[in-house]
Amino acid sequence: MFNYVIRRLLIAIPVLFGVTIINFVIMRMAPGNPVDMLVNPKLPEAALEAKRIELGLNAPAYEQYFRWLGNLFRGDLGYSMITYQPVGKMIGEHMGPTLLLMGIALILGIAIAIPLGVLSASKQYSKLDYFAVTGSFLGISIPNFFLALGLIYVFALHLKILPSSGMTELGSGGGFTDVLVHLILPVIVLTANVAGRNIRYVRSSMLEILGQDYLRTARAKGLGEFLVVNRHAMRNALIPIVTVLGMEIPILFGGAVVIEQIFSWPGIGQLTMSSIMSRDYSMIMGLNLVAAFIVIAANLLTDIAYALVDPRIKNSYQGAAAK
Amino acid sequence: MNLDKNSSMDRDEPLIESEAWIAKSDDSSAKLFARRFKKHKLAVAGLAVMAVLALCAIFAPLIAPYDPSTITDSFSAAPSWQHPLGTDQIGRDELSRLIYAARISLSVGIGSILISSVIGTVLGLVSGYYGGWVDNIIMRITDVFMSFPYIMLILVVASIVGPGLTNIILILGFLGWPSVARLVRGNVLSIKETDYVKASVVLGFKTPRILFMHILPNTVAPILIYATSGVAGAILDEAALSFLGLGVQPPTPSWGNMLASAQSLTVLTSQPWQWIPPGVMIILSVLSINFIGDALRDALDPKNTK
Repeated sequence: MFNYVIRRLLIAIPVLFGVTIINFVIMRMAPGNPVDMLVNPKLPEAALEAKRIELGLNAPAYEQYFRWLGNLFRGDLGYSMITYQPVGKMIGEHMGPTLLLMGIALILGIAIAIPLGVLSASKQYSKLDYFAVTGSFLGISIPNFFLALGLIYVFALHLKILPSSGMTELGSGGGFTDVLVHLILPVIVLTANVAGRNIRYVRSSMLEILGQDYLRTARAKGLGEFLVVNRHAMRNALIPIVTVLGMEIPILFGGAVVIEQIFSWPGIGQLTMSSIMSRDYSMIMGLNLVAAFIVIAANLLTDIAYALVDPRIKNSYQGAAAK
Repeated sequence: MNLDKNSSMDRDEPLIESEAWIAKSDDSSAKLFARRFKKHKLAVAGLAVMAVLALCAIFAPLIAPYDPSTITDSFSAAPSWQHPLGTDQIGRDELSRLIYAARISLSVGIGSILISSVIGTVLGLVSGYYGGWVDNIIMRITDVFMSFPYIMLILVVASIVGPGLTNIILILGFLGWPSVARLVRGNVLSIKETDYVKASVVLGFKTPRILFMHILPNTVAPILIYATSGVAGAILDEAALSFLGLGVQPPTPSWGNMLASAQSLTVLTSQPWQWIPPGVMIILSVLSINFIGDALRDALDPKNTK
């Protein structure tokens, strides 16, 4: 197990460097020079040149990359070209609301997908199965922004029972119920996506397990269908679901960009869109980098969790170590 | 023949059934495919919907009652006999725009998947076949690209290279290959171990011949299945991008940028004809393509014996 974790960590290191290189290349592709943004363009050319030298913009690209990487290691993501605030600080301020939104949607989505997928597989071709599979197809086929607009149209504009934007009511203190009410619509949209993607995944994983020989054995020894499904099959069918958590994180980040824009949710997604609109490249790059780091960390954790719950991986590494 | 004898002897089956088995295996694979595909009623319906949409897209100038960017007599008019789906905020006919937008969505879907499938297939073939450090490098690059949240990366690149139809196809195409590469690599790894590939190596065939004539044909099915759901995904991505204003730019109509009008509160509350039809079109096409993809998965599955 220890060997596996070490190996997995070693693979993550070149990927981390790759992410910083791609990020740097994209930043270099961006039109305009940071100096044009930072200082008054009416300054004489000599002053601009001095500023460029000070910022190291005349140095060769690889030197600039290593300087930027060095800053990165010290936790310095640079400054926003628009607000002049530290990028790291601004991302930190917006991270909480996004993680709240994504976390709740992920938990609810999986909590819907697992029981529905398991039931749907154990009662294959029943009415419930058709309902779950159709729902799953709808969940992946409805554009999340269209679902969001539809929900706002019905619940916020016509029925007027739920707020359509923000995280708290303006002027209010922002109590627990206030945030909760504002969470309902965006969470429904993201949860529909998560559940839609995973119901069919759980179902097919469960169907595969239900056809295995050891379940025939379990039935043959007279075990009831309930125990067969819930004790023998489900445990093994849910192992692959662990990896889903890792795959969901990047998709949820993408969903958050669109959804936060529609619901004016003060998170990373809205920060991303506003920096793209104002061409605040240092902010965009910081956001992209932080998101990629979170994805890498999530993948690392799910791979380790997978090894922990699936004894086959653990054993194969113990076997290798013994040799 | 040998196999048939064995099965009838071992399982003591009546001769008639083993003959039926022979008859079945004599079926051309195309017939077998069609029979399995037809079992999925929703996929057949999806195919019909997509055929109609494709015809609308191709013959848009003949079907559309107005030119999609011509400003007609009335602004934000409700549906009427002149304008079956009403007009938008600057007076363009909604139905005509909806029909022309089908062209955009379908070309983005198909164009970008063609690009990413070709890149992904070549990289996956090379990576899986050669193994070793080549494989390691290609797979780490794949990991790097997959570490960025897809939509965020697309948005950032679109904001740098600029929006527009061609750029969107290129961006989605050049950023979408990693999952295809992984899929193809996985298939090549198992195909490489088969006897017929080993035989081609022993016979001294050149590597490109082995890769493209012997291995590639056997990975076509999974690539096709992936590409089908990929088209649906690309249509959704284009719609999201255009909705956010970084995709296809007006006056060129796209279902995504038509939906963007609903960001205005008046349109959202009192002019639903401006945003519900394009949304329904996206759902209809994406749902149809996903049903087709699901049926393809069943029909092309070699383990499926039904």
